[in-house]
Amino acid sequence: MSEHEYTPKSKAGKWFNDRLPLLTLGAHLTDYPTPKNLNYWWTFGGILTFCLITQIVTGIVLAMHYVAHADLAFASVEHIMRDVNYGWLIRYIHSNGASMFFLAVYIHIFRSLFYGSYKSPREVIWIIGLMIYLLMMAAAFMGYVLPWGQMSFWGATVITNLFSAIPLVGDSITTWLWGAYSVDNPTLNRFFSLHYLIPFLILGLVVLHIWALHVPGNNNPVGIDIKKPSKDTVPFHPYITIKDAFALLVFMIIFAGFVFFTPNVLGHSDNYIPANPLVTPAHIVPEWYLLPFYAILRSVPDKLGGVILMFSAIFILFVLPWLDTSKVRSAVFRPIYRQFFWILVIDVLMLGYVGAMPAEGIYLVLARVGTIYYFLHFIVVMPVVGYLEKTDPIPMSISEPVLTGGAEPSLARKANDKV
Amino acid sequence: MSKEEKKVNRRDFLFTASYTVGAVGVGAVIWPMIDQMNPDKAQQALATTEVDISSIEPGKSITVLWRGKPIFIKKRTSEEIAEARAVKLDDLPDPQKDEDRVKEGKDEWLVMLGVCTHLGCVPLKDKGDFNGWFCPCHGSHYDVSGRIRKGPAPTNMEIPKFEFVDSNTIKIG
Repeated sequence: MSEHEYTPKSKAGKWFNDRLPLLTLGAHLTDYPTPKNLNYWWTFGGILTFCLITQIVTGIVLAMHYVAHADLAFASVEHIMRDVNYGWLIRYIHSNGASMFFLAVYIHIFRSLFYGSYKSPREVIWIIGLMIYLLMMAAAFMGYVLPWGQMSFWGATVITNLFSAIPLVGDSITTWLWGAYSVDNPTLNRFFSLHYLIPFLILGLVVLHIWALHVPGNNNPVGIDIKKPSKDTVPFHPYITIKDAFALLVFMIIFAGFVFFTPNVLGHSDNYIPANPLVTPAHIVPEWYLLPFYAILRSVPDKLGGVILMFSAIFILFVLPWLDTSKVRSAVFRPIYRQFFWILVIDVLMLGYVGAMPAEGIYLVLARVGTIYYFLHFIVVMPVVGYLEKTDPIPMSISEPVLTGGAEPSLARKANDKV
Repeated sequence: MSKEEKKVNRRDFLFTASYTVGAVGVGAVIWPMIDQMNPDKAQQALATTEVDISSIEPGKSITVLWRGKPIFIKKRTSEEIAEARAVKLDDLPDPQKDEDRVKEGKDEWLVMLGVCTHLGCVPLKDKGDFNGWFCPCHGSHYDVSGRIRKGPAPTNMEIPKFEFVDSNTIKIG
């Protein structure tokens, strides 16, 4: 939190602020000292906040027209698309908004991985962020079930059946989740209830995420600790707000491109067929943002093993701050880790690709190789590279590379090396 | 703290008793909140279904819905029964005799839950490497007795509780 004491100028402001220091909070958020070298990868926090609010607003509106009943849900979604004024627009924003939300969150997570933002003293920010990510996946999955199309129904069947892999109590848990002996009306009803609840849980966690961020302050591309406020920082407003706003505008152009030109490209056409419990679609695939985990699940020829490995792929991220042994945060100064980072990016993209393909032949081989590398990266590469790697010299401050060399920290480093 | 205070006194007893009663109270409130998610009476009321099987030709099967899940009812030919019984138990991931999957004397009737034991998809009939069923989701192959032969499914397709009401009718559940 900012050190300086804030006093409102007006008498009314002072009266109010003495009783509830909202204005002090506002002043803190405005003046919040931010590293001056933040690049555009740092604008996704703001973009994600925008995504969350978009989903909540469009979701509340959709809930005014949607009917959560197995016999009526599919027709009510079509009713939204055809009859409700601007219903098509609101629904397309909501359905594509989920994809845009995940696109932004993946960039945000990989930014954190590259610049070591998960490392001490920011472990709690990272863990809260992962909890948000888990809730996002739960919300997205349940939201996808609500239109009660074929993919909704069979996606729900496959995902809830993951819990039946648990020894002894698996079947009871699955029945409990369903509220029936298969995915049925009670399942749809409770998914709607939870789908409405989760965004507000996420909102609460976002507040904690930002609060935890404001304790140590932002990490930055060179990854060094900086004095705050100092010549290394700028006030959040107007410097960061304007940069965030620009990035958000670019993001919204892409978002609008999907909504207005290819609103169904990220969905699956089978979901425009009403749910039929007697016929499974030939190719069940989850939404694109879950494909890497789906590939991991399918890469294991054993049911329980696949489920365990898939959940481990997410939960291993929670202990990441303790698996990474490097004292240097930013990959800019880590020549070896930097290369493994990009291998991980390619690995996850490849897993996503094979997750969309049938689980046979070369795809199965690739899925297995990708799965093995995914875990090796976190369990072996991160601790070992962090321990053995000879890192490049890191600058004393953000201002130093700028004053002694080019604006690029890497250029400045070379200048330093000669000295 | 002095040594005398470490003795169990009235206050410790009151704390423990309060926590215990409190825990029981919290549990009593939480349990209804959890149990309300289990299948309700309306769902349980759908527990049995009677099916007329008189029109099924040998080698053909029908699919009926029971508790929201498909039930495959197949009238097997004698060749299919012979094929199912010729399989060695050692070749089965989940060893079970074909005789144990049908009612004695009604060997041609295979009545089973048409749900893949992997992740719950509905397998396709007359497909796969074993002349039985094939699940398109993750590639599990079942034989003519509905037993798992190849793929990620851990167990054979389940046989529900059923009985023959008369020679043309079965009651499932």
